[in-house]
Amino acid sequence: MATNTIDSAAKQLVLTVQDYSLFAWQAFTNLFSKPRYLPDFLIQSDIVGVGSASIVLLSGFFTGGVLALQSAATLAQFGATAVTGQFVSITMIRELGPVLTGIMVAGRNASSMASELGSMVVTEQIDAMRALGVDPMRKLVTPRIFACITMLFFLTIVADAFGILGGAAVTVFLNHQNGTQYLSKAWESLRYPDIIQGLVKPLFSGYIIASIGCFYGMRTTGGTEGVGRATIQAVVTASVLIILVDFLLTRVLLALFPPL
Amino acid sequence: MSETPPSAQAAEPEPRHDTAAEANAGPVVAFHNVSIAFDGPPVLQDISFSVKPWESRILLGPAGVGKSVLLKLVNGLLRPSQGSIQLFGQEISKMREADLFPLRTRIGMVFQEGALFDSLTVRDNVGYQLVGEGVPDDEIDTRVHEALRFVELDDTFALYPASLSGGMRRRVAIARALIHHPELILYDSPTGGLDPVTSTTIIELVMKGRDVYRTPSLLVTHRLQDAFTLCTHRFDEEHGCMAALPAGQTDPNTTFLMLEDGRLIFDGSIHELLRSENQFVREFLE
Repeated sequence: MATNTIDSAAKQLVLTVQDYSLFAWQAFTNLFSKPRYLPDFLIQSDIVGVGSASIVLLSGFFTGGVLALQSAATLAQFGATAVTGQFVSITMIRELGPVLTGIMVAGRNASSMASELGSMVVTEQIDAMRALGVDPMRKLVTPRIFACITMLFFLTIVADAFGILGGAAVTVFLNHQNGTQYLSKAWESLRYPDIIQGLVKPLFSGYIIASIGCFYGMRTTGGTEGVGRATIQAVVTASVLIILVDFLLTRVLLALFPPL
Repeated sequence: MSETPPSAQAAEPEPRHDTAAEANAGPVVAFHNVSIAFDGPPVLQDISFSVKPWESRILLGPAGVGKSVLLKLVNGLLRPSQGSIQLFGQEISKMREADLFPLRTRIGMVFQEGALFDSLTVRDNVGYQLVGEGVPDDEIDTRVHEALRFVELDDTFALYPASLSGGMRRRVAIARALIHHPELILYDSPTGGLDPVTSTTIIELVMKGRDVYRTPSLLVTHRLQDAFTLCTHRFDEEHGCMAALPAGQTDPNTTFLMLEDGRLIFDGSIHELLRSENQFVREFLE
């Protein structure tokens, strides 16, 4: 009995991965053939980019602040408070900026995509779109994916910048250290590989957020309860995948650009 | 509106064709031994029927018998597990989704609850296909107004679906289905869940589409009174309303299909339906 349950769950998982792979591939390749829906891309860019800017800005600022606060006490034991800026900037740019932005945007946008598309599925709006001769993959999914990739790239830069600013604010006003020293250390310690590492990750996170959100939305079944279920699955899966892919990417990028 | 069925003994009229070419034309839709199942027992089994270019076919059957599934098979929204479906002479059961889109633009479909896009205004809903085709805005506005006048809802042009009643949504959905002058219209329970007065308005619009545009159609319903009204009335263009046909007469181009447990148990005219000896048909009619 237990074997059957495991067997069935494993098969279901493999089928879901297969369906997702086909879905994500089709959504990606749609970009290279007509019709393309530029207005939908711009609308989604506004929703994802401008709409998420405030939460990304705030979470980046306070994360940078917390990093400065926590690190200052430890670094003081070694008489190394001068490198707080270096610590905050490298941590934010290489790791926390991309991951936190990805998770914040996943919470906001993977859920909204899953619930919006899920509602369209259960009210037959997706079928209506197909019946009117419009491909929902091209009209709804592809613009969301490319808007999310583009906007996550810029949102990560915003999170990094405000994280460093948050660290600076804590360093100056709470830790009563030298702000100029903090900023010069933050700037001097950065290398191009750090920036590349930090800006490659959001491209993957953006793809994961939108493709997972749309995937669970488009396969919604079971009415309004199903929409809720799809939304939860989308946020959980996207968040876990962002952290998993971040780990794998870090391994690859550290191999490509070894630390000095 | 007459809710009494026409007499089974009445003379059976010949189908009406406008031209000899129309009389000789092949079917718009042809099902050959179509079956479909979703992770369980078949929903539809061995279904065969056709819709000719001058025909309005009414698909009867109780709720949950597979009527909506059959309708979605017609325009390829669902794929059959077995059998073949020909739409406008093309085999669609194994056609790629991308190749189906151009074919679907030739069909109008009215969904059970209207399925209007709730983030778009009535104008954008009705003109959805025209927007996608890049038709100039002025022309879209003109054609949307024309389609909305057909369903007598011209004043809803700038409204959102959320502010419309259930009946109004169905009428907007009919306008959306008709704006492109389709070669076939599919109606999925257009009067389901509506009050009798609104249902009559919807049936009058279906009749108007049949008699004014002469578009072949496949209408799904479980309401016998709607089916009989379509058979026993015509749309009077002069007075802008439906009118009863003379006593004993029925529309020769409106014919019936009936489903029971996923099988097609009846295919014929209203007179044949009323004379049917099939136990299920008799019970359904009674």
